[in-house]
Amino acid sequence: MCAKPVKKEPRQVETTGHQWDGIEELNNPLPRWWVWVFYATIVWGIGYTVAYPAWPLLTEATPGLLGASTRADVAAEIAAVDAANADIKAKLVATDLNAIQADADLAAFAERAGAAVFRTNCATCHGSGAAGFEGKGYPNLLDDDWLWGGTMEDIHLTITHGIRNTTDPDARYSQMPAFGTDGTLDEVQVAQVAEHVLALSGQEHDATVAAAGATLFVDTGCNGCHMDDGTGDRMLGAPNLTDAIWLYGGSREAIIQTVTFARFGVMPDWSKRLTEDEIRAVAFYVHGRGGGE
Amino acid sequence: MGILDKHKLIERNATLLMVLSLLVVTIGGIVQITPLFYLENTIEKVDGMRPYTPLELAGREIFVREGCYGCHSQMIRPMRDEVERYGHYSLAAESMYDHPFQWGSKRTGPDLARVGGRYSDEWHVDHFTYAKGVVPESVMPPYGFLADRVIDGHYIQDLVSTHQMVGVPYSDEMVESALADFTAQADPNGDYAGLEERYGEDAFGTPVNVRNFDGQPALTEMDALIAFMQVLGTMVDFSTFTPVANR
Repeated sequence: MCAKPVKKEPRQVETTGHQWDGIEELNNPLPRWWVWVFYATIVWGIGYTVAYPAWPLLTEATPGLLGASTRADVAAEIAAVDAANADIKAKLVATDLNAIQADADLAAFAERAGAAVFRTNCATCHGSGAAGFEGKGYPNLLDDDWLWGGTMEDIHLTITHGIRNTTDPDARYSQMPAFGTDGTLDEVQVAQVAEHVLALSGQEHDATVAAAGATLFVDTGCNGCHMDDGTGDRMLGAPNLTDAIWLYGGSREAIIQTVTFARFGVMPDWSKRLTEDEIRAVAFYVHGRGGGE
Repeated sequence: MGILDKHKLIERNATLLMVLSLLVVTIGGIVQITPLFYLENTIEKVDGMRPYTPLELAGREIFVREGCYGCHSQMIRPMRDEVERYGHYSLAAESMYDHPFQWGSKRTGPDLARVGGRYSDEWHVDHFTYAKGVVPESVMPPYGFLADRVIDGHYIQDLVSTHQMVGVPYSDEMVESALADFTAQADPNGDYAGLEERYGEDAFGTPVNVRNFDGQPALTEMDALIAFMQVLGTMVDFSTFTPVANR
C-alpha cells in the first residue's frame, strides 16, 4: 500500500504506488512558488526571533536587536503628544481664566481638550451631553442654574476641590439636615413645608397649607440657606427653589422625600486625577455649554 | 529516505503516535511556559500590593458569579488611547492575588482595572440598580437585587483560607479574623482597628476603605461588590513607580 513511488513515462506524473481497484494516486510535486514561500517563512521566523525579544535565557529573554519595547513605545508616543501640546498647555495654565475666550487658538484647544476630559471623566455622572440626570441628583450643566456658581472661577474651584468628598479639605461643603428623621418636623409639618416649596416654584398648591409651611420655612431655618424668597445661596450650594429645575424631582412626593431625609450629591476632587491644564480645559468646556456666567 | 520511512511505524501504531504526540506537545509547553516563572523581566515587584480584604474578596466572588468579565476587562493595555482613558497600563503584579485573574477579552462595557475611587459609592449604587438611569447609552442589565441579598459571611473564612492555600499571602491571623474583618469594613462606626492593622497602610502601604458602601444598615452583596470596585487599581502608587522598559 505504501510502496516506493513508481516513475512513469516522461512528462507523466509519478504515482505514490497506491492502488485501489485500479485507481492510482498521483504524486504531484508542490508548486515551486509555494515551496519557496514556505522556506522564506522559516527564514523570516528565525530572523524575527533575532530582531525581537524571544529566546528565554537564564535571567531574562533576549532583548532583540531592534530593542522593541511596548512600554517604551507607549511612553514615547505620549511624550510626543505632550511635547506637541506643551506650549499651548503652558499658555492655558498661565492665562487668566476669563481671558481664555479672547484667544482664538487657546479657546479652540481648551474646547477640544476639555471635551475629551469631560467624556472620559465627567460624562458618567453628568451625561455624555452634560445634561445631568434629573431626579438622580446629578446636575444639568447646560442650563444657567448653578448650585455653586457658574463663573469660570467657580467652575474651576468646584472641579479642583470637588463637593462634599472626604479626600479634599478644601472641598465645597454644606449639608441639609434631615428634617423629617431628626425630629425637627413631624409628617404634617414636612407636608406643609413641601407645599410652601410648591408655591415658591409656582406649581399647583393648597394656599392655606402653604401659608403654614411659609412660617415653618422661616422658623425651621430653611431660609438660612435657601433665602427668604427661596432663591437659594450659591455660597452654600443651596439650590434655587423658585425655578422649574430640580435635582431630585419637583413633585410633591419628591419634595416631601427630600425634606424628610435630605439629599445631596458628592463630587470627587479632580485635582488628584487631572492636571491643572486639564482642569482649566474642562472648566472652559463646561462654561461654554450654554450656562456659563 | 531514512527517518521519514519510519513514519509508517508511527502512523500504524495508534498508541505510539499518541505517546510521541504528547511528548512533542510537552516539550513545546515547557519551552514556552517555564521561562515565565523564572525570567526576571516577567516578574516585576511593585510596592503597595496587598491581598484583598475579606469583604473585597467576597465582592470579587460576586463579580465572577455574575459573569461581569463577560463584558468588562480588567487589563489596560500599553497603548496611548487606553492609557489616556483608563490610566496607567496594568502591571502583571497587579493581578497576582487574583485567582483566577479577571483580565477578560471582551469590552462591551469599559475596562475596570482602575475604576477604584473614580466614582462615588452612591453613584455605584445608582448604577448597579439601574445603569440606564445614570448612563442612558448603557446596555448593562440591572443588578438592584444585590442590595436585597444580605450576606452574613458564613463562608468567608473558608474563602480566605482557600486563597491562602493557592498562594495568596494571607496570614493565619487574617484567616482567623476573616469574619470580623468582613463585617468591620462596611461599618465605619464600629471597631475596625484590627482590619486596618492587618490590611491597612502600615502593613502594605495601601489604606483600606471602611465605609457603609451601599448606604443601607444591612451588609449586602451590594456592599461587597462596591468595596471590590473601589479598590480596583488603587494599590500601586504610580507617582513613585518607575516602569522598566524591557517588560
